[in-house]
Amino acid sequence: MSELWNYLRANQSDIARWTWTTVWLAGGALVAGLIIALPLGWLANRYRWTYPPLVTLAGLIYTIPSIVLFVTMPGVLGTKVLDPINVGVALTAYTVALMVRVVADGLSSVSGDTLAAAAAMGYTGRQRLFAVQLPISIPVIGAGLRVAAVSNVSLVSVASLVGVEQLGALFVRGSEQGALVPIVLGVIIVMVLAFAFDAVILIGVRLLTPWQRAVRAR
Amino acid sequence: MIRFESVTKKYPDGTVAVDHLDLVAPSGQITVLVGPSGCGKTTSLRMINRMIDPSSGRIWLDDRDTAKGRPSQLRRGIGYVIQHAGLFPHRTVIDNVATVPLLLGTGRREARAQALELLERVGLPANFADRYPAQLSGGQQQRVGVARALAADPPVMLMDEPFSAVDPVVRAQLQEEFLRLQGELGKTIVFVTHDIDEAIKLGDQVAVMRVGGTLAQLATPAELLSRPADAFVAGFVGRDRGYRALGFAEAGELPLTDEPVVRLGEELSTACDRARDGWTLVVDAESQPQGWLGVRGLAVDAQRGSVTPELLNLGGTLATESGTLREALDAALSSPSGRGVIVHEGGSFAGTVTASEVLARIEARAAGVRHEAESYTADVLAGGSTHNAGSTHNAGAAP
Ligand SMILES: Nc1ncnc2c1ncn2[C@@H]1O[C@H](COP(=O)(O)OP(=O)(O)OP(=O)(O)O)[C@@H](O)[C@H]1O
Ligand SMILES: [Mg+2]
Repeated sequence: MSELWNYLRANQSDIARWTWTTVWLAGGALVAGLIIALPLGWLANRYRWTYPPLVTLAGLIYTIPSIVLFVTMPGVLGTKVLDPINVGVALTAYTVALMVRVVADGLSSVSGDTLAAAAAMGYTGRQRLFAVQLPISIPVIGAGLRVAAVSNVSLVSVASLVGVEQLGALFVRGSEQGALVPIVLGVIIVMVLAFAFDAVILIGVRLLTPWQRAVRAR
Repeated sequence: MIRFESVTKKYPDGTVAVDHLDLVAPSGQITVLVGPSGCGKTTSLRMINRMIDPSSGRIWLDDRDTAKGRPSQLRRGIGYVIQHAGLFPHRTVIDNVATVPLLLGTGRREARAQALELLERVGLPANFADRYPAQLSGGQQQRVGVARALAADPPVMLMDEPFSAVDPVVRAQLQEEFLRLQGELGKTIVFVTHDIDEAIKLGDQVAVMRVGGTLAQLATPAELLSRPADAFVAGFVGRDRGYRALGFAEAGELPLTDEPVVRLGEELSTACDRARDGWTLVVDAESQPQGWLGVRGLAVDAQRGSVTPELLNLGGTLATESGTLREALDAALSSPSGRGVIVHEGGSFAGTVTASEVLARIEARAAGVRHEAESYTADVLAGGSTHNAGSTHNAGAAP
């Protein structure tokens, strides 16, 4: 235990920097991925024939090993090999791949009666989407987002293999030096981060869905 | 007034749901669309507020062609209630009710104040305002649905089987309150149901539709029962229609017999003295009938006490003077003494009638109807107009 502590103290500034990089890579990709997945998921739900191709495509992206995606990004984007943007974009792609289906399923989980009533009250199509359909899908979308967040946090560490410095550097160091301490420390920090992401999303969903709590308490 | 002008709806898959429908729903009245499943009731209803667009034909709202203008604008002026209420699960009851006023630009505070008033109007306590729909029973949700449809005070209301998902007791209650509310508000209502009894209870006029989306008969409830247009309507209107039709026939001046009564609290011996055929009618201080006292069943020593509510037989129903033949007959048939109790409008005792007296009245009335029917048949045979589509006259309702 004290060894972990000592190691942390000794490498304080490195670890802080790496943690920060991990947070913004995983978090930024999560937000960007969600923003892209929302219209795609809407499309898949609104025009049902687009659902199978979109969801299949998303599934395919998800099966590409992360290291392959990280390595090919500079070629696709024309960025420098060591640019963290490569990692950010690759993680965004994973998030989109995961969230398109979640958003589409969330939107289609809203009951037909509710949608018919909204139309009958005189909501325009857009008002209906933003004021009724989207809010009601928040629990489903939130659940998907939690999975994507944890997945992103753990995927970030793979980026060490393409030279982007973040918490994964602890694992590289550990294996290079044959030392257990940095690896254990890395695992702990990654887990805490994943947990923190999860908690933030959970709290956000709770705040946005007071009706769910009221019903559960019944 | 809502007017269908040769409206047809053909779905993309080729199903003709509504076929050249001509129909007028008069202002301030309840028009019920009824018919077997799949006959195009919902389709017809949804074409009025353009949730479904007709393939051909026009629908007029007063003198406005509904096809002109934006659908969302049109809908904000038309209340709509659907079967499972379709409340917004993520909004509180009061925000559900305030939906349309908010869409129309009413301030939040004002919209909520109105919504609160409406909740009371549909019989929900104010402390329901902050609940979510899932915290309400089906019947309560349906009331919220009605309140939401009424919130912007639209002149027109469309209701698609609003009461069919609740149990019979609650349904009867909701129907009563609906009629009371309509009595106060006088909206132009199109009401869809597959339940002919509901149609007959609620409709000022009833449109019976058949599968394929055509109109089988448009008539008042009484006319529908007494003169179904064809075998389909007769079958759909169902059994007991002779008896049910009595529910639309005013009893008129029945030959009332006065009856010696006793008040609650009087001596039992007095009650025994006044009994006829072993039964005495008991009233309260306001002369309102409370029940029948069967004096033959009383033990001798019990006759020393006074008349208490526990001793009464409550089996008989009451009919009002201005009521229908059905009520009067039911009062006579259900009375343990065989004498049906008729009360004045205020509830005080007016007199009694026997079943045979009511039947005599029914016979006399039937003779009149037969006579009318003969001349009607003669009319039809002579090529005169049939009395169906578009007519709202009240044939058969007068004694
Ligand atoms: N979107 C649609 N596409 C194709 N056919 C449809 C569609 N909606 C309804 N129909 C068909 O149109 C006919 C009329 O349907 P509608 O929903 O109006 O019936 P309904 O009288 O309301 O029946 P119910 O009492 O069961 O509600 C039915 O045969 C139905 O299958
Ligand atoms: Mg229907």
